[in-house]
Amino acid sequence: MRLDARSTCLADFARTADLLPGADLPWLARLRKDALDQFAQRGFPTRRDEDWKYTSVAALEQADVHVTAHGRAGSHAAAQVLANRCELAGDVGHVLVFHDGRYAPWLSAVGRLPSGARLASLADALEAAPEALQPYLVQETHASAFGALNAAFMADGAFLHLQRGTVLEAPVHLLFISTQPGCTHHVRNVIVAEAGAQATVIEHYAGVDGAAYFNNVVTRIVAAENAAITHHKLQQEGGGAFHVAGIEVAQQRDSRLASCSIAFGAALARTDIATAFEGRGCEASLDGLYLAGGTQHVDHHTRIDHRQPHGTSREHYRGVLGGEARAVFNGKVIVRPGAQKTDACQTNHNLLLSRDAEVDTKPELEIYADDVKCNHGATVGQLDEAQLFYLRSRGIDAVVARSLLVQAFAQDVIERIRVASLRTRLETILSGRLGELR
Amino acid sequence: MLKITNLQASVDQTPILRGLNLTVNPGEVHAIMGPNGSGKSTLAQVLAGRDNYEVTGGTVLFEGRDLLPLAPEERARAGIFLGFQYPVEIPGVSNVHLLKTAVNNVRKHRGLPELDAMDFLKLIKNKMALMEMREELLYRSVNEGFSGGEKKRNEVLQMALLEPKLAILDETDSGLDIDALQVVAQGVNALRSPERSMILVTHYQRLLDYVVPDYVHVLSRGRIVRSAGKELALELEERGYGWLDDAAPAERTPVRAGAR
Repeated sequence: MRLDARSTCLADFARTADLLPGADLPWLARLRKDALDQFAQRGFPTRRDEDWKYTSVAALEQADVHVTAHGRAGSHAAAQVLANRCELAGDVGHVLVFHDGRYAPWLSAVGRLPSGARLASLADALEAAPEALQPYLVQETHASAFGALNAAFMADGAFLHLQRGTVLEAPVHLLFISTQPGCTHHVRNVIVAEAGAQATVIEHYAGVDGAAYFNNVVTRIVAAENAAITHHKLQQEGGGAFHVAGIEVAQQRDSRLASCSIAFGAALARTDIATAFEGRGCEASLDGLYLAGGTQHVDHHTRIDHRQPHGTSREHYRGVLGGEARAVFNGKVIVRPGAQKTDACQTNHNLLLSRDAEVDTKPELEIYADDVKCNHGATVGQLDEAQLFYLRSRGIDAVVARSLLVQAFAQDVIERIRVASLRTRLETILSGRLGELR
Repeated sequence: MLKITNLQASVDQTPILRGLNLTVNPGEVHAIMGPNGSGKSTLAQVLAGRDNYEVTGGTVLFEGRDLLPLAPEERARAGIFLGFQYPVEIPGVSNVHLLKTAVNNVRKHRGLPELDAMDFLKLIKNKMALMEMREELLYRSVNEGFSGGEKKRNEVLQMALLEPKLAILDETDSGLDIDALQVVAQGVNALRSPERSMILVTHYQRLLDYVVPDYVHVLSRGRIVRSAGKELALELEERGYGWLDDAAPAERTPVRAGAR
C-alpha cells in the first residue's frame, strides 16, 4: 500500500472495479461505490480510535500489498500442498477451497447437499442468481473502514443458504489458501439459515510464510427463528500476513450461535465477532483461543448485543503468548432496556510464557435492564510454579512439563469443539507450536 | 544411599535448615518428626529440588553423587521420589497421561524400553487394586476433585509405579482417616525392600504404628536434635514437643543419626 495507503486503495479500485464479480449489476456497483466513499472518508483506523487503541495498522498501510484484477494466483502446486496439509479428515462433508482469493473448483469437493441447501462461491452466485444474495449484501453503513473496503472490493467467498428446516449433517469446510505474496484479498462469506435450519461451518485460513499478503474478510451470518449455526474460524495465515476479519451475526428468536475463533498465524491478526439478538430466547456461545509468539499481534473484539429478553450468552476466550507477542481482547456485552432475564457470562484467561509478552484484556458490560444475570472475569498469569515442580518431580523434563501445562490450558477451549477432526487437528498444531513458544 | 552433611537452606532469606545431618542406608526407614515450622517439609522439598528454597551451605550425596546441582527431573530419574504433603491439582492433564509420561520418562533414562498402552494399563491396574483406587480416577485431571485420601493414595500409586530408590513421604498421613491411613500404609509397606530407603516426614505418631521405622529423628529449628529407635515416636506422642525448648542447648552438639 505504501505512502498514502488510502490513495492506493482508491487507485486499486479505479483499476479493478470493472473486473469485480457482478460488475454489471447496478445495485452492486452502487453499493461498492458507496462503500468506497465511506472508506475514503474514514481512512484506515488509527490508535486514536477507541476500538483500535492497542492495535496499530501502520505496518499494513506501509506493506506492499495490492488488489489485483483477476487475482494474481500463485502456483497450483503450492496450493495443492497447502490444501492437502489443511485437509480435515473424515467428518467434513463439503469442501470449498479458495486459492489466492478465488474459488478453486479443482481443489474443492462440494459433496452431496440436501434439497433446500445451496452452497456456492460468491462470484458464481452473483453470476447465477444475484437476487438471492442481494438482501444479505446490502448494507448502509459499515462497522469499520475494513468492512467498507471489503464491500467495495469483495471478490469471492462462500455463499451458503439453507431453506426452512434444512439440516446440513456434515460440516462445511471453507479453506482460503494464500500462496502469492503482495496480494490483498477481500473475502466475503454469506451464511443464511432460514427458520429451523442448521449447519456447521469451518472457515479456515492458511498461507505460506514469508513476504506480506493481506486477507480482509467479512462473514455475514443470518440465523432465523430457531436456526442453529456453528461457526469455527481457524486462522493459520503465513508468518508475514495481515489478517482482518469481521463476523457479523443477526439472530432471530430462539436461534443458536456457537462461534469459536482460533488464531495461530499472521504477523497481525484482528478478528471482530458481533452478534445481535433480534428476537427473544436467543443463545450464543463465543469461544476463542489465540496463540502468539515472536512479534505476532493478535486482537479479538467481540460484541454481544442483547436486544431482546431471555437471551443467554457465554463467552470463553483463552490466550497463550510467548516472545514479544501481544494480544488484545475486548469483549463487549450490551443489555438493552427491556432485555430482561438476560444471562451473560464472559471470561478471558491469558497465559504469558515470557517476560516481554503482553496482553490487554478489557471486558465491557453495558447494562440497561435490571432483571439480568451478568458476570465477567479476566486473568493474566504465568505457568504455575507448583504444577511445574510437581511434574518435574515425577521425572518429566522441564520442557515437556511446560508443554503439558500449556496444552492443558488451551485444551479447555479445544474440548468444546464438536467437530472431531478439527479438534484433533488443533491438538496436533498446538503440540507442534508449543516448542517454539516461550 | 543418602548422606546429608550440615545442610543449610533458606526461603526468602529466612534460614529454615540450619546445619542438618542425616545418613540413610539402603533398606532403612527413617521417620522425621517435629513441630510445625521445624523444617520438615523444607527438607523434603530441598531433597526433591524445589528451586524456591536456596541451599546456603552443606552437602547432600545420593549414592555418592552430589545431588544439589541436579534438576528435579534428574533427581527423580536417579531414583528420588517425593510424596507431596499437598498434592498439586493440574486441571486439563489426565492422571493416566501424567503417570504414563512419568513412568516412560524414567524408564527411558534407566535404559528400559517404554511401556505401550496395554502393558501400562495392566501394570497400573494392579497397583491401583493394591491402593484400593477406583479406575475412574485414572481419567480425571490430576488430583482435581480428588478427596484428601484419594490424593494421598495417588501419591503412593505414583511411587509404586516409579519404583524409586529413596522415597520421601511428606506428611502422607496427614488428614487421613484410619481406613485411608491403613491403605496408604499397606501401599508403603508393599514397597519396602532391602534396596529401597524411605524417609517418612510426619507430624503424628499414628502412621508409625503401621509403617514401623528403623529410626526416628526429631527436627527442631532446622536441625536434628534427637535420634533413636521407633520407641522415640511413642515418647513424643506422650510428651509432645514442648520439651524441645528446654533441650535447646543440645542443638550445639549435632547428633549423628542413622549410622549402622
